[in-house]
This record gives sequence, structure tokens and C-alpha cells, in this order.
Amino acid sequence: MNLRAIKRNIPFVATASVCLLLFLFASLRYKGFLKLPYLLGFISDDAYLGIAAIGLTFVILTGGIDLSVGGVIGLTSISLALLVEKHHMNPMYAIPLVLVGGVLFGTLMGCLIHFYLLPPFLVTLAGMFLVRGLAFVFNQESIQLTDQMLGGHSASHSLIVFNSTIKIPLANTSIPGTTLIYFVIFLIALVVAQFTKFGRNVYALGGNEHSAALMGLPVARTKIGVYVISSLCSTLAGIVHLLYNVKGDPTSGTGLELDAIAAVVIGGTLLSGGVGYIAGTIIGVLILSIIQAIINFEGSLNSWWTRIAIGMLLLLFILLQKLIQAKKFKTAGTFQKT
Amino acid sequence: MADATALLQLRGISKGFPGVKALSDVQLTIRRGEIHSLMGENGAGKSTLIKVLTGVYRRDGGEILLNGTSIDARSPEEAQRLGISTVYQEVNLIPHLSVAENICLGRQTTTLGFLKWKEIRQRAEKALARLGIEIDVTETVSNYSIAIQQLVAIARALDIDAKVLILDEPTSSLDEKEVEALFTVLRKLKAEGLGIVFVTHFLDQVYAVSDRITVLRNGTYVGEYEAALLPRLQLISKMMGKELSELEMKAADRVATKAGVTPFLKLKQVGRKGSLKPLDLEIAAGEIVGLSGLLGSGRTETARIVFGLDRADCGELQLDGKAISITSPRQASGLKFGFCPEDRKVQAIIPNLSVRENIVLALQANRGWMGYVSRPTQIQLADKFIKALNIKTPNPEQPIRLLSGGNQQKVILARWLASNPRLLILDEPTRGIDVGAKLEIEKLMAQLTGEGMAILFISSDLEETVRNSHRVVVLRDRQKVCELRGEEISEKNIMHAIAASDSDQ
Ligand SMILES: Nc1ncnc2c1ncn2[C@@H]1O[C@H](COP(=O)(O)OP(=O)(O)OP(=O)(O)O)[C@@H](O)[C@H]1O
Ligand SMILES: [Mg+2]
Repeated sequence: MNLRAIKRNIPFVATASVCLLLFLFASLRYKGFLKLPYLLGFISDDAYLGIAAIGLTFVILTGGIDLSVGGVIGLTSISLALLVEKHHMNPMYAIPLVLVGGVLFGTLMGCLIHFYLLPPFLVTLAGMFLVRGLAFVFNQESIQLTDQMLGGHSASHSLIVFNSTIKIPLANTSIPGTTLIYFVIFLIALVVAQFTKFGRNVYALGGNEHSAALMGLPVARTKIGVYVISSLCSTLAGIVHLLYNVKGDPTSGTGLELDAIAAVVIGGTLLSGGVGYIAGTIIGVLILSIIQAIINFEGSLNSWWTRIAIGMLLLLFILLQKLIQAKKFKTAGTFQKT
Repeated sequence: MADATALLQLRGISKGFPGVKALSDVQLTIRRGEIHSLMGENGAGKSTLIKVLTGVYRRDGGEILLNGTSIDARSPEEAQRLGISTVYQEVNLIPHLSVAENICLGRQTTTLGFLKWKEIRQRAEKALARLGIEIDVTETVSNYSIAIQQLVAIARALDIDAKVLILDEPTSSLDEKEVEALFTVLRKLKAEGLGIVFVTHFLDQVYAVSDRITVLRNGTYVGEYEAALLPRLQLISKMMGKELSELEMKAADRVATKAGVTPFLKLKQVGRKGSLKPLDLEIAAGEIVGLSGLLGSGRTETARIVFGLDRADCGELQLDGKAISITSPRQASGLKFGFCPEDRKVQAIIPNLSVRENIVLALQANRGWMGYVSRPTQIQLADKFIKALNIKTPNPEQPIRLLSGGNQQKVILARWLASNPRLLILDEPTRGIDVGAKLEIEKLMAQLTGEGMAILFISSDLEETVRNSHRVVVLRDRQKVCELRGEEISEKNIMHAIAASDSDQ
């Protein structure tokens, strides 16, 4: 990257540097940190957060917000467990079924937001209550996937063994299948954002919706599309959560939307839309994971310190964004008297 | 009235907004291979007609025929697909994205659905080269001047295979050379059989390129004329709906007569590395000092330093004989300076505030929260300026974003005039404003300076500069080249100073 490219991407560069610093700090200070199994471990633990945050990044890039991601994870996790464990449905059908459900839910929210000009915050807040409520209506308790054979086969079996069958051996450890799903989704999102018309329209929409419409860009399709992507990603995150924990739980993903928003913002995406990177979000998630790890290593610290650290970091990044915008404002020769 | 050569026909178009009948029974016929100017005062309905045609607004009534078949675009996207390419009046670009992306967005070159960035960049470079500009297309578009942004928007519209090209005030920020390059392209497209709709308030440009002229007034159709057969004054009176005698035009000649006395603001060898070479400048109460020069010659840079938007890094500023340094616009406002910036169209309006609120904004800011401007005073002020500048709005409480482009500018101008500053910097105040209103603004400037206000007047229009200034400072290449006063002020002398090569200074 040359100097100008760096200057243009200050938020991203700042995120990457913070991540690197935290990483260096942790690896110098804690002995167990710089071990491959450990590193892979905390990436895998947060894979579902990462997947949800990737979907959310698209929404935030258009200047919108999606508060329903955590709820969708909970609903997905419990309904998939129900279908497979209690109704003995073949995962080959159950998984596409919940994915279709996620797409429909995203379409519904997107349409409400676009056609009825409702604020995304409220629509997705309502959506969050709806899906979380449904999750508890479906089942109040968590459902452990069991490997019992019923009539010679178990529907749950393939879910339970997913992470032990699909994995890539690496040194003396291995990457679980769910983490691979995370990587694949990350790569697809990168390509969609940078190398498709849809992706660029997302940026345009966030940059200036009025202009985007006058430029003849498909505003409706793009706007509804990002909510579909977000719901689809959080459904996938719910599936990953189930596979990873071998347990369906209506409470899973509670409050996750806030972590996801934090990761996206720390990753350098402006809440006002138009600026940001998918890669930034991944780094944002990584930063959250490292902070969590550091606090775990510290031992003496209450785990709630993670929250405080994230809060401080978030504040720092918002201030940074403000600063950059103010500076842009000045150099662009603009002047607004208020 | 089926015209065989007609490419695009609009018949009986009407469109109303709450409280405003923007268009009633308007017609427009564009033939293949012609450049057609759409003329009218600010608020006449030109932009609305274009937006109805391109599906931004739904029409209330009327018919649109393209190649003889009825069309009904529901969005700009659809209009583009039908072969209608448009540059709207408000420059529409995505500020954070690169120049190349802004030109190609929505129709990027792809293989298997994946963007080919290299080809996109080359295509953008080519599109700009047609207009004679060479810039780094990977740079963010908002880092370029308004003029370049306008050219980028035009390049975008030219980059598409269109049957009809619509340009709504595309030249408002361009200099002569850029306008000429645009006209060359337009003539070529015309020869290829395109129908081109052109909207501008620059009469010279209208006559330079148009074949026909359609005039609108107050949302109604006045007539269609051959450009060659419609004298300028007649065009103006058709637009205004009243005879504007030659005499009146003459009377506006040289509004400025008496010069100021002792200067209260002095710039002594003030400069800024990279943007302005050190220069001297003085201005007295009641004086209009014109800053003349090409775009990028340092006019705006001078204004920005005086107003504290940029910091001078050498020289001395004296106010009332005392050396001061102006470090921020806020401080400058405190000194009773006002600055009406060039790109006010985008920057300075608060879209959801009413016309009245937008007008009193600067005055209120100057007084601080303690000196609340009472509502009756506000209404009085608003009424005064709405009348003085002929601002077309159903009432003072209309949100400013619903006004026509030219009328929004008049409101911003009114804001600064109302704040009654000691020194007012006007950067291209009459751009995008119709002929009638221009004369009103000039009269108002003369009146205000008569009451003691000093005005630093920046304009690309030489005629206007000559007519209004007591003194003219000519800049070239970010450097002051000369100062003209009294009888020396003439278009010829200014042009001479601008054009003179460095050797014969
Ligand atoms: N969205 C809107 N809502 C209400 N009124 C509107 C709206 N858009 C335009 N108008 C009104 O319609 C009239 C015509 O406006 P229009 O923008 O077409 O004028 P114009 O001829 O383009 O003028 P200008 O030369 O200033 O650009 C104006 O009186 C304006 O206030
Ligand atoms: Mg207009």
C-alpha cells in the first residue's frame, strides 16, 4: 500500500494496527497465547459472531442497521435442533428449510424498510422481539443433540459428527468444519463487496441514496438485498452455533447484535454508511476475541472487564471516525455555517 | 401533431406539488440530431419537467412518446434503459467513491458477473478524455473541485449509449475551456443523431449551441423557437413575461460608481504555501472589490484565507490598523465577516429548515443565543428578501429543499445579506440564477454598499465584474497580477491581464 492508499483508509489501518498491537501484547505477556491450537480455538469460538457481523456489515454500509441478528441465531439454533432431534428430519432438508426461513424474514424486513420508508432501527427491533419470542415459543429449554439410533439411523448424527468429520488437520491440531464455513463466507463476502455490481451499489446507496437513485442504480433491489444477506448470514451463524455446541438453545445469540455492531464499527465501517470493508469487520471480531482472551489469561480480572474494554475501544474508534470526517470536511473545501 | 422527425415528445404534461402547480399543460418536442435549450426563470419548472420525463416524479397528466411509442418510466433506472441519459441539476455523485466508479457505477464491465477494475478505470479515463480532462480516476471524487465533479457527472452521462441526452445546468461551475470541450462533444453527438436537451442560465451558451429553444414560464408552455430567429432580448422577455427594455439593461451598466475611502481591512503579503503566493489587498467600507481570474487562479483561496477557512502562513492581516490573525470561520463571523461559498448548492442549505429559518440562520448565529431574533422580525426579514430577490416559494415556511435550484441559491444569498456583515465575501453569487434575478442582486449589492457594507466579489463573469466593482484585483496562477481601478476597469483590460504571459509582466 502506498502512502495515499493508507491515508484514504485510516480507519482500516487503525483497526489493523490495534489488532496487531493487542496480538503482540498478548503473545509477549502470556505463554500459552501464541500456540496454534489456542489461536484457532478462539477464532472458532467466535465464528458465529463473525458470520453474523459480515452480514451486518452490508446493512451498515447502506447506512441501515439490523438488530435482529442475535434473535435469528437463537431461532435458527432451536428450530433446527427441534426439527432434527424431535421430528427426526433429515438435516439435508432441515438446513435448507431454515435458510429459506431466514431469507424470507430478511425480505420482509427489507420490504417494510424500503417500501414503507420505516426506520431500519425500529423494523429490526420489532423483528428481534419477534424471532426471539418465537424461539421460546418453539421450545423453552435447550435441546442437546443426542446420537441415539432410531430405527437404524439417527438424524442428529450427521450434525453431531460434523466438526469431527469435516476438519483440516494442521500441525498438531485441526480446523473444525464450522470455522471453515466462516472462512468461506468471509471470502464470498469479500468478493461480493469488491467485485460485483451489487456490492458496489451497496456502497453507493450508503454514500448518498438520493444520488444513487438519480444515477439509475437499482435502489430497491439493493436495499432489500442487504437485509436478506444479513438474515441469511445470521441464519448460517445460528446453524454454525448449533454445530459447534451440539446443542440447540433459544437463548443463543442474546445480545450478540451489539457485539456484532461493535465489531463492524471497530472494523472501520462508518455507521452513516458508504465507507468500510468486510476485512475490517473480521479484524474487528478478532480484536473482540483477543480482548476476551487477554482478560481470561489475566485470571484475576472479572470477565465483565471485556465489556469495559470493548466500550472504551468503541468510543476511541468513533472519535477517530469523527476526527477523520472533520478533516475531510475541511480539506474538501466545504463550509457549512450553522 | 405527429411529427415524423420527433424523437421525443412530451404533450400536455402537468405536475403539482402540495401548494404549487409546477407544470400545467407543458409540451416539449426533441428531434433527432438537435440541441434543444429549455429556458425559463428560476422556478419555471425546467427541472421538474426533466424529472417527470425520467421517472423521478410521477406525472399527474400528459403523454410522453419516444420514437412514437408511449413510454412511462417509473425510475431513473428505467429511463436509462429506455435510452434517456440525464445529468440532473444537483450534481449527483457518490462522494466516497472513486472517480472511475462514479462514472461506471451500474454499468461496469464484468465477466461472469465479476467486475474488471482495470477496464473500468480505462473506460473512465477515456470518458473524461473526451471532455479534455486527465485526472487520477482512482482518487475519491469528493477530493476534486466542484468543476471536476460536474465534469465527472457529465462524463458519466456521455458514457452510455443513449438516444436522448439531458443536461440540467451542467456548466454552472465550468470555465470557458471546459464548456468549449463539452460543446464539441455535444455537437458530435448531435451529428450522430442524438436529441439533446440543454438547460442553462448563460445566454451566451444557449446561442452558441442550440438549434431550438423552448421557453417555460411559471410552469406553463410559452413557445418553441428557432434559436437563430429569436433575439436575445425577446428571449428574456418571453422568459420574464414582460418587456425588458434595452434601457433597463443599460441602466444596470456600471452599477458601481463611487469608491470607498480608507480601507479597514488590509492584507500585507499574505500567502499560503501551495495555494496562494503572497499578495496585498485592501478593502474599504462601502466598496466592492472584484476578484477576477480563471478558475483555480487563487480567487477562492484568497477568500478562504480572509474568512479563516485556511490559515495564512506568511504576511500580515490588519483590521482597523491592528494586526490580527483569523484562524477560524467562527472568529471571522465574530468580526462581522460573511462568506457565501461557491458550492453553496450542496454545502450550505439545511434542507429541512424552512426558507425563513434558512434566511435568519447567519443573523441568529452572529447574535448568539442571547440575542434571539423575534419571530415577527424573522417573518419581516424573510418577506423582505423573498420580495427583493424574487424568491419563488409558496410561503416562507416551505422547506428549502422543495425550492428550485436557483431559488435555493437566492435563499443562501439572502442569508448572508440579512446578517448585515461588515465584509461580505460572495463567491460566484449569481451562478445558476436567472437574468432578472441577477439584476435584482446587483441592485441590492449597490444599495448595501451604499449603507457601508464592503463586498469582496468573486465572479467568472467579466461583464458582471466590470459592472459592479469599484476596484478589480486580477489573479493568475495563484498570484496577484494587477489591480484595476476607475476607468481602467474594462473587460478588455481584465482579459489582457489574465492572458498576459509571465514574461511581459
Ligand atoms: N419536491 C417538490 N415539492 C414541492 N415543490 C417543488 C418540488 N420540486 C419543485 N417544486 C417547485 O416547483 C417549481 C418548479 O421548480 P423547478 O425545480 O422545476 O424549477 P427550475 O425551472 O428548474 O428552476 P431553476 O432554474 O432555479 O433550477 C418551483 O416553484 C419549486 O418550488
Ligand atoms: Mg432547475
